[in-house]
Amino acid sequence: MKSLAGKKPIPGTMVFEGRMAMKGYALNKMCFSFNKAENRDAFKADEDGYCTKYGLTDEQRDAVKKRNVLALLNLGGNIYYLAKLTGMFGLNMQDIGAQQAGISLEEFKAKLLAAGETKNG
Amino acid sequence: MARLIGGVGSSHVPAIGNAIEQGLISDPYWAPFFDGYKPVWNWMEEKKPDVAILVYNDHGLNFFLDTMPTFAIGAAAEYQNADEGWGLKPLDPFQGDPEFSWHIIDSLIHDEFDITMCQEMLVDHGFTVPMSLMWPKQEQRDQVKVIPLCVNVVQYPFPTARRCLKLGEAIGKAVASYDKDLDVVILGTGGLSHQLDGERAGHTNREFDTEFLEKLKDEPEWLLKYSNYELAEIVGPQGVEMIMWLIMRGALGDNIRELSRNYHIPISNTAAGVILFENEAV
Repeated sequence: MKSLAGKKPIPGTMVFEGRMAMKGYALNKMCFSFNKAENRDAFKADEDGYCTKYGLTDEQRDAVKKRNVLALLNLGGNIYYLAKLTGMFGLNMQDIGAQQAGISLEEFKAKLLAAGETKNG
Repeated sequence: MARLIGGVGSSHVPAIGNAIEQGLISDPYWAPFFDGYKPVWNWMEEKKPDVAILVYNDHGLNFFLDTMPTFAIGAAAEYQNADEGWGLKPLDPFQGDPEFSWHIIDSLIHDEFDITMCQEMLVDHGFTVPMSLMWPKQEQRDQVKVIPLCVNVVQYPFPTARRCLKLGEAIGKAVASYDKDLDVVILGTGGLSHQLDGERAGHTNREFDTEFLEKLKDEPEWLLKYSNYELAEIVGPQGVEMIMWLIMRGALGDNIRELSRNYHIPISNTAAGVILFENEAV
């Protein structure tokens, strides 16, 4: 695998490579802490304070406040780590899939079911 | 000597773990998926393997981005599952086989695979879901010792598909040179096509997955013509996990038969596949 620098972007698709991993390090580190229930409780008690403690940028803190998954991904969040954050907001992988695709959860589920019924899904 | 008796390729979506826990195996949404595992359950019941080498990826339970090994292997007597933060109930610990692990490590390193060795290793859903899928009951899982082999398919650059196939071949040699009377299975997990992130979330690719399954037995090199970046476009960034199936396939050698195969869209956001190979040489 050669460097991704200069590669044609894949429409609507994130590729989590070194630059993104650097950009999102603090954000992902915070999300990693949510494996522990006491850290989830601490976040829920003071969301912004917890973000500040982990050194998130203003943009990242704002995206956390808005529960904006696409913005968090663009700011270096990795989907597996973000799942630990969005899980606390009651959003599972299908909820955040729908949010990113800009469609309702029902439409998102229907799209996946439709892919199961076609030959080229 | 230890014998690699067969291998399974399987998806490892967390929702499967919930479905097993909630007894949804015959539910209309789930039945087309779980029905594909019946031949695997029967085969496992008949063969009763002693050890499972389970190839998977960690999703941020054991490894963080501070230190990301490309390939890491467990060498512990026991592997704990733990809270991943979003609600999947942890399973009981899994029994390891450290002596066998160290033999594999020694063999791999002398075969030029500089693998990371882990005497403590939490295993996440990437590991536990395939374990529950192969052996749905706790008493079945208690009969199988495990060796987790974790692959970085989270942070680019990932290992190449070619490297995965070769690692599999090296694992095959390691198993065959172990001086213990053991029946071993290898599980390659993850995939098939799926995309969790970006506006294209929910992307799947039946045509490509089908061809992958079709070629896996006789022409696994077919996948090598695609870079991981090209695969991300074709099967989604998380679909690239299918390179871990090549580790399973490489370990088995060329004298195998395919016993069963199933493919189903969707399980959560994922196109789910399962394939069972048996080694004809043993």
